[in-house]
Amino acid sequence: MNHRVKEKLEILADAAKYDVSCASSGSKRKNTKDGLGNATGMGICHTYTQDGRCVSLLKILLTNHCIFDCAYCVSRRSNDIKRAAFTVQEVVDLTINFYKRNYIEGLFLSSGIFKNVDYTMERLVRIAKKLREEHKFNGYIHLKAIPGASDELIHEAGLYADRLSVNLEIPSEQSLKKVAPEKDYATAYKPMNYLSEAITEYKKEKKVIKSAPKFTPGGQSTQLVIGATPENDRHILNLADSLYQQQNLKRVYYSGYIPISDDNRLPVLRQAPLRRENRLYQADWLMRFYKFKVDEIVDDNNPNLDLDIDPKLAYALRNPQFFPIDVNIADYEWILRIPGIGAKSAKKIIAARRFGKLRQEHLKKIGIIWKRAKYFLTCADRDFINLGFQPEAIRAQILHNPKSKSKPGQLNLFAPTPTLLTT
Amino acid sequence: MTFVYDATYEGLLSAIFESYRLQTIPLRIVAEDKHQKSLFDQVVTINTDDTYSNRVKKGLEKKCGKQASNLIYRCFLSEKPGIEMLIFHFVRTAMKHEENVLQNYRDEQILQLHQINKQIGREVHRMHAFVRFQETKDGMMTSLINPDFNVIPLIGKHFVDRYPAFEWLIYDTKRRYGIHYKDSLSFITFGENQHRYLAGEVLTSAENQYQQLWKSYFRAVDIPERRNLKLHVQHVPKRYWKYLIEKSEA
Ligand code: SF4
Repeated sequence: MNHRVKEKLEILADAAKYDVSCASSGSKRKNTKDGLGNATGMGICHTYTQDGRCVSLLKILLTNHCIFDCAYCVSRRSNDIKRAAFTVQEVVDLTINFYKRNYIEGLFLSSGIFKNVDYTMERLVRIAKKLREEHKFNGYIHLKAIPGASDELIHEAGLYADRLSVNLEIPSEQSLKKVAPEKDYATAYKPMNYLSEAITEYKKEKKVIKSAPKFTPGGQSTQLVIGATPENDRHILNLADSLYQQQNLKRVYYSGYIPISDDNRLPVLRQAPLRRENRLYQADWLMRFYKFKVDEIVDDNNPNLDLDIDPKLAYALRNPQFFPIDVNIADYEWILRIPGIGAKSAKKIIAARRFGKLRQEHLKKIGIIWKRAKYFLTCADRDFINLGFQPEAIRAQILHNPKSKSKPGQLNLFAPTPTLLTT
Repeated sequence: MTFVYDATYEGLLSAIFESYRLQTIPLRIVAEDKHQKSLFDQVVTINTDDTYSNRVKKGLEKKCGKQASNLIYRCFLSEKPGIEMLIFHFVRTAMKHEENVLQNYRDEQILQLHQINKQIGREVHRMHAFVRFQETKDGMMTSLINPDFNVIPLIGKHFVDRYPAFEWLIYDTKRRYGIHYKDSLSFITFGENQHRYLAGEVLTSAENQYQQLWKSYFRAVDIPERRNLKLHVQHVPKRYWKYLIEKSEA
């Protein structure tokens, strides 16, 4: 491995780092006796960057040469930067050798477009194929499905990859047209819809025939850049919701726009909207796991998420009619809606209350965030402390408590990750 | 009364059995290497006996399922002071009650066991993440670790599933033993003071190159605009840096 590879790695890892998704979870792939690696479905962060993001995959671009000129992207044609390109073999060697040393869970491969879309996509597919077939590699592979690639290539990619992603990047077509003149929604939705159908088909087949091949078992994901264009949170969450419902996406990633580009098609931001990005992840979490509907999170009167408090707390304060909730009798879904109680604590509450009524001390030990939850629940020894449920008063109390951060843990959990890049 | 056992898991279960047989509740149960004699203390030295320990294990599983025996085994590996009495309490409580008490989070000591188990889980997960194999000239992949808890017995399967086709070793330098894999898994120990570090000359030249590449990669993915060292150290606590290629000097 020579000096040149090191330099390429530096350039092409740097160029790929703005692509958020680092997830290696959600796909299970068993190893074979003579093979290398597996995917456990759990996702492991092997290390963390100095900004606290999870490093799970070798995340690189095949090349940062690109014939397109998207304003938000460091690799855009008009940007004056160092360019590099890996060979197929170099990417394969890096992946295998990093994996063998337990540095990574697998490969996340994206690329700028050189020559044309199919030419580029064909190389991405060839790398995945080589890893799977020649090296019997069963670790995680995430490939970009480049909009405009032929159905055949997209299909082949699905046979080798655990996850594929088509990035919409800009949350409305109107804005997209302004900053990425060569792109449009129709071209991006085409492979998404193709994948969505193929994934469903293969799943059906696998139910009947156990030995049927896997097809993108980790599903597909996409990324939306936040803050580079004027769309509000309501628009963004509705878009995400429709992607979850209609395209069956596994994940939507939100990426606060980092003002790395001095392209004059973009606004001048002093810094990336990290807080907003984090709130969007929290809202997304509520939609996917807590059964919240979009219009319970944002509505006509509140088209943007409250930056000071998390969306679950905001919901509770907007809906005093549902509170307090009695943890000794309420359903799981409702316990989950109490601010300061997460899924784990909610499950523990349901299990523990079979042994007797729960009191404040039990709840605290179970690990709920009492300071926050106390306004919204009743338990055996304690009636609802009636602040008359004045949302404004509760909000002020929670915000003024210096120790209460909004929903501890979540910030890290989502490993807020930044913007941009690639197709 | 103090029960002194031989620091093995079977020894601890034998001690619990002994308490039923003698119909006494010990004040403490202590591993022999941690036991300090005191004048007024009445000491019972426990004989480790597999039939006894098995009876305790089976009895517990009958009441509360395999999950329960798993829980106490994992908690035992935490090596926390006083863990013996927590386990003792749990087994007694389980035997006394008709219903399965495993999830009785209202019981403070049971809740504590669950919390310790969670810490164990976190440490296991950390080892899955932080093991770094280095290729030595004899063709083996070697990793040194230094976990907070004695998790070596819990991490083998993960790595066997992942790396069945080559020879590897994961060695706990603090507890001076490890697991070795070549077609099958076994425990292994070396003499004192060996294997604290892997000297550069035992590594292959490819190894050094890939370590350099990994360090370059780690530097390249950093986003200075988002730097947050507090979060970084929270995820990768300093005590683990010693064996992390990307965090070590040079
Ligand atoms: S986003 Fe993709 S297509 Fe657009 S410039 Fe960047 S690499 Fe090229």
